[in-house]
Amino acid sequence: MAALPPRPLIRRAALGAVLVVAQIAAAAQATPTSATRVISLIPATTEMLFAMGAGDKLVAAGSYDHYPPEVERLPRVGALLDPNIERILTLKPDLVVLYGTQTELKNRLNRASIPYYTYVHKGLPDITETIRSLGTRVGVGERAQSLASSIESHLDKIRSNVGKLPRPKTLLVFGRERGSLRSIDASGGVGFLHDMLEAAGGTDVLSDVRRQSVTMTTEMVLARAPEVILELRYGPPGAGDAEDLRQWNALAAVPAVRSQRIYQLRGEEYVVPGPRVVQAVEQMARTLHPEAFK
Amino acid sequence: MRERSDVRRRLLVTIATFGAFTIACCLVAPIVGSTSISLARVFSRTIPYADNVDAQVFFIARLPRVIAAVVVGSGLALSGVVFQALLRNPLASSDTLGVAAGATLGATIAITAHADVNLFGVSVVPMASFAGSIGALVIVYLLSLARRRGTSSTVLLLAGIAISALLSAVGRFVQYLAEFTDTARTMQWIMGSLDVGNYAPIVAALVPLTLAVAGFATLPRVLDLISMGTESAEARGVDVVRAERIALFSASMSTGAAVSLGGPVLFVGIIVPHIVRLLVGADHRLVLPASALFGASFLVLCDLIARTILAPVELPVGIVTAVLGGPFFLWLLFRRVR
Repeated sequence: MAALPPRPLIRRAALGAVLVVAQIAAAAQATPTSATRVISLIPATTEMLFAMGAGDKLVAAGSYDHYPPEVERLPRVGALLDPNIERILTLKPDLVVLYGTQTELKNRLNRASIPYYTYVHKGLPDITETIRSLGTRVGVGERAQSLASSIESHLDKIRSNVGKLPRPKTLLVFGRERGSLRSIDASGGVGFLHDMLEAAGGTDVLSDVRRQSVTMTTEMVLARAPEVILELRYGPPGAGDAEDLRQWNALAAVPAVRSQRIYQLRGEEYVVPGPRVVQAVEQMARTLHPEAFK
Repeated sequence: MRERSDVRRRLLVTIATFGAFTIACCLVAPIVGSTSISLARVFSRTIPYADNVDAQVFFIARLPRVIAAVVVGSGLALSGVVFQALLRNPLASSDTLGVAAGATLGATIAITAHADVNLFGVSVVPMASFAGSIGALVIVYLLSLARRRGTSSTVLLLAGIAISALLSAVGRFVQYLAEFTDTARTMQWIMGSLDVGNYAPIVAALVPLTLAVAGFATLPRVLDLISMGTESAEARGVDVVRAERIALFSASMSTGAAVSLGGPVLFVGIIVPHIVRLLVGADHRLVLPASALFGASFLVLCDLIARTILAPVELPVGIVTAVLGGPFFLWLLFRRVR
């Protein structure tokens, strides 16, 4: 016992070691100066950067990024599965915003000493958190802070608008084989779609399934008995949309079918967890609780 | 005379045994599932159908699945038997001749194009996959004819593999250009699903399957002779060219029907005929009906496992068929060898 140094010393040494490791880790990812040549590969982060007034720092975007319209003038460098490393390197970025699973891209950027910001789709609170940290990273911290706060206060306002109303059991569908009730993809009990639905005053019928997406069968729809079915669609409206919604009528015992509370919500804002999430949640809330917005 | 009555007796026993097993599976499967239902409520006349959840689970969610499993399982097993005999290759199946690749390409294009056509309650994906499977087989058949009058099994096999690779490559290219969600949807389709949602696609698939069964009914003796070699079959008076045509046409119809309904469910077409042959011998008069029945019951059971084992989440049925079918087949094989 006597040979050991006093306890506070051990604690201080351990703390020091942790700090050193943390600094090394931070140095690997962060750069002290704010970025000026940014490449964003994900629609959500591209929207965030434009919304916080950092659109002029973008030198390229991902192939699926279409909002705001200004993004169309930017060169494309691939996306989640096919990032074009050669084009990325040629553009000499000082920050690449990429998705958490793009391990190979991270390795290559590390080798080229190009810093990156890792983003992952999670819940609704992560959207504003990402806006704040990404804003700091590209040197528009204050604007990002006010954007995030305004999103949060808007969402709070919607929550309080619908807070006291009965919450219908809702099935939130984001994909289905056209013209049939096959391969129904619905939001499970975690993730931003689930959070959006709960903020809009609905109760997710799949909230006990701890997954972001659940492929549902007709049996599950019948068993879960949703009172409302919301179907999210993106892309331009099709001629057969109304006819397609009528497919649900086959499940006549489902309360949503009996009361005909089946709605289609169309727009990219429902599937891109960016700043437009406010409009998306508000539209959902208006659909679920039209009486609260008169 | 004695040989004929012996075959008739064995045929009766085979059909009775396999038929009883299939019927038992089909009776049990709609009662079991992730939600519990009461049969009394399902068939109750006092509860209006629109309010009767149990009846809707039974008639909309489960019964169509069981019937679809019967159609897909028997279709894939029958075509597997015929392809294996025709090509004299134990590994041949609908995948070998590019039929599965053609069906997948058709479905991929339909999913990616978001095509919005609905014919008699059948959506565009099954229609496109049926067209793809028939298209692939027509190309392979024409290629094999180009070499000589009548098909050569080697040319057929090689042309099938080449066309299969080509169509898969085109399919992957379409997927590569597709939106992320469409690619995920295509992957789901490839893994197979029998949750057809209503009876219209089943009725649509029954049309080509009936044509196929009519074709298969003419084949058993001919297939026995052809599987020994085309020359000896010809020497015994078989019109090989005509028989091959009927066999290919029927097998492509039944594969197309099965794949358009349930997706290219793995392994059924290869494994079921082998298991059946190990059980009843190589006589096609027994193998064909037994395979149809065993393919049906095998897929009904696999689908039952797929929809209950991880409930409320569901496994793609193709994963269950592969995981169950592979080891079972190996067990039978080694038991025989020992």
